[in-house]
Amino acid sequence: MIGRKTAPGLKPSNKPLWKRMRHSWQLYVLALPAIICIIVFSYAPMYGAIIAFKDYKVNLGILGSPWAGLKYFKQFINLPNFKSLLENTLKISIYSLLWGFPAPILLALMLNQVRSKGYKRFVQTITYAPYFISTVVLVSMLSIFLTPSSGFINKIIQNFGGQAITFMGEPKWFRTVYVASGVWQGAGWGAIIYLAALGGVDPTLYEAAMVDGASKFQRLIHIDFPCILPTIVIMFILNMGSLLNVGYEKAYLMQNSLNIPVSEIISTYVYKIGLINGNFSFSAAVGMFNSVINFVLVISANYISRKLTENSLW
Amino acid sequence: MGKNTETTSNKNRKKKNKPVRVKQMSSDRWFDLINYAILGIVAIIVLYPLYFVLVASVTDPMVVNNGTLLLYPTKWYTKGYQKIFAYRSLWLGYRNSLVYMVLGTAINLAVTIPGAYALSRKDFVGRGLVLKLFAFTMFFSGGLIPSYIINTSLGMQNNLWAMILPGALSVWNLMIARTFFSSTLPEELLDAAHIDGCSDFRFFFRMALPLSKALLAVITLYYAVGHWNGYFHALIYLNKEDMFPLQLVLRNLLIVNQVKSSSMTSDLQNMADKIRLAEQLKYGIIVVSSLPLLIIYPFLQRFFTKGVLVGSIKG
Repeated sequence: MIGRKTAPGLKPSNKPLWKRMRHSWQLYVLALPAIICIIVFSYAPMYGAIIAFKDYKVNLGILGSPWAGLKYFKQFINLPNFKSLLENTLKISIYSLLWGFPAPILLALMLNQVRSKGYKRFVQTITYAPYFISTVVLVSMLSIFLTPSSGFINKIIQNFGGQAITFMGEPKWFRTVYVASGVWQGAGWGAIIYLAALGGVDPTLYEAAMVDGASKFQRLIHIDFPCILPTIVIMFILNMGSLLNVGYEKAYLMQNSLNIPVSEIISTYVYKIGLINGNFSFSAAVGMFNSVINFVLVISANYISRKLTENSLW
Repeated sequence: MGKNTETTSNKNRKKKNKPVRVKQMSSDRWFDLINYAILGIVAIIVLYPLYFVLVASVTDPMVVNNGTLLLYPTKWYTKGYQKIFAYRSLWLGYRNSLVYMVLGTAINLAVTIPGAYALSRKDFVGRGLVLKLFAFTMFFSGGLIPSYIINTSLGMQNNLWAMILPGALSVWNLMIARTFFSSTLPEELLDAAHIDGCSDFRFFFRMALPLSKALLAVITLYYAVGHWNGYFHALIYLNKEDMFPLQLVLRNLLIVNQVKSSSMTSDLQNMADKIRLAEQLKYGIIVVSSLPLLIIYPFLQRFFTKGVLVGSIKG
């Protein structure tokens, strides 16, 4: 945390609480819209999540609906495709993390070594671009490029003597396409935060290393990397928090009847069961299952990181 | 270049430079070479698909489908664009998206920035607790269905508010903004302002905001891109077609193929022409819908690194 020390003269900490509160009433006014927002749009739904334990009927409302206990959770766990839902979700997120997490770090470390300002800016500008493409456009580009008959990726494969692949139709290719397009879209943008961290590295460290005869590569390994490690750890914990919140917008768009055995993940299932089939309570239970696992993951990642690296979110 | 000139230029460089500067090692030259080459390849891999779409949108679909690598338009064919410019629902979607984006981003900023500023102040009594309340929502949510039930019970369905209010605050952006304020606004400034009798409102509007242009640029961009590119929210809360944002129109056109090309190509008699046009329409639609953001962001690029000082978003 930045400066927990209180500035002298700023904080009248000897005054009684209500006086201090009244003193800064304008700050409360400034914060009020944001506080209302999280109460209405974050905490109210958390309260609404109790319908997972109820038989929610629209006409009876959240409070009026009868309790159902753990019925819907049991129903979910006993579902024939429970295992595959969980497996699909975990696999997609773990592969995304495995490839998508290191990519921006590598890109940032490499960009940071580029001395020519123009070239650096050129590569940055280009790699940021896909971030501004919408998911809908990305997925339609995928389906155009990956068509077996005319997509240019398949043409390249065929030019090298390979067989055209039905990328969007074969289940075994779904995750590869999902993860690779995710790296394509997100690596450049994700590098920004590491570039910002690299910008803060103390230049005297480099000078000392150069006097000692360290090569560029050695400097990268022994100075750059350790210096951004705290940022990496923080980003990793944050990523853990959304491990099961796989980009359902993209997965949903990429789904088709052929790849559904691997592309159906918990969040797309929640949407279909809840909003399309109108099975609110069951779907809320599935969603809560997801949220709780996420929460446990981020807590444990934070705990482990605090023990091992002394970096933590809280 | 002869070897001699190279060595002399090296000598010159050595003489001119300060003594701290150590001679570049040959391994460093290799490193630079490989580094530049890999980055170049990365740039090509990232850029080519986008460039391909642009070229294909003005090239005869017959050429595109041949599968030759397109480097520049060879046979012009722009019927696709003519059709696109005459396609009403696309432009209606465009207009809707613009409205949602402009209004939504304005509300986003009005909620996020003052809140972030207030929470960056150490004399905000109860800050720790309030921050915890905010941070908790980053890691735990009630879920899609409860949110849907609450929001629709508040009347947010099939109207403008449904598109704007539920996402009015991104806690992530608030945390970025808060870190920015607390690490860039010197405390002495606030002290001095307080001694001069400056109120918190006045300080926020007259000092904090003008000093945070990079932050405002980045947060505005985050929100605006989110509004422009999102479709899922609209999919859930809207079912009137004339309210659909661009992305939902695109989804129906490009992915679900609901409209198929039939309505847009009905005036063509020849089946081959129809297929040709339908192919090209896709590229053209992608270009028309993505170009605005792709043109704007390079102008904001210089703010990107400054604005994301999230290094310590912990509270």
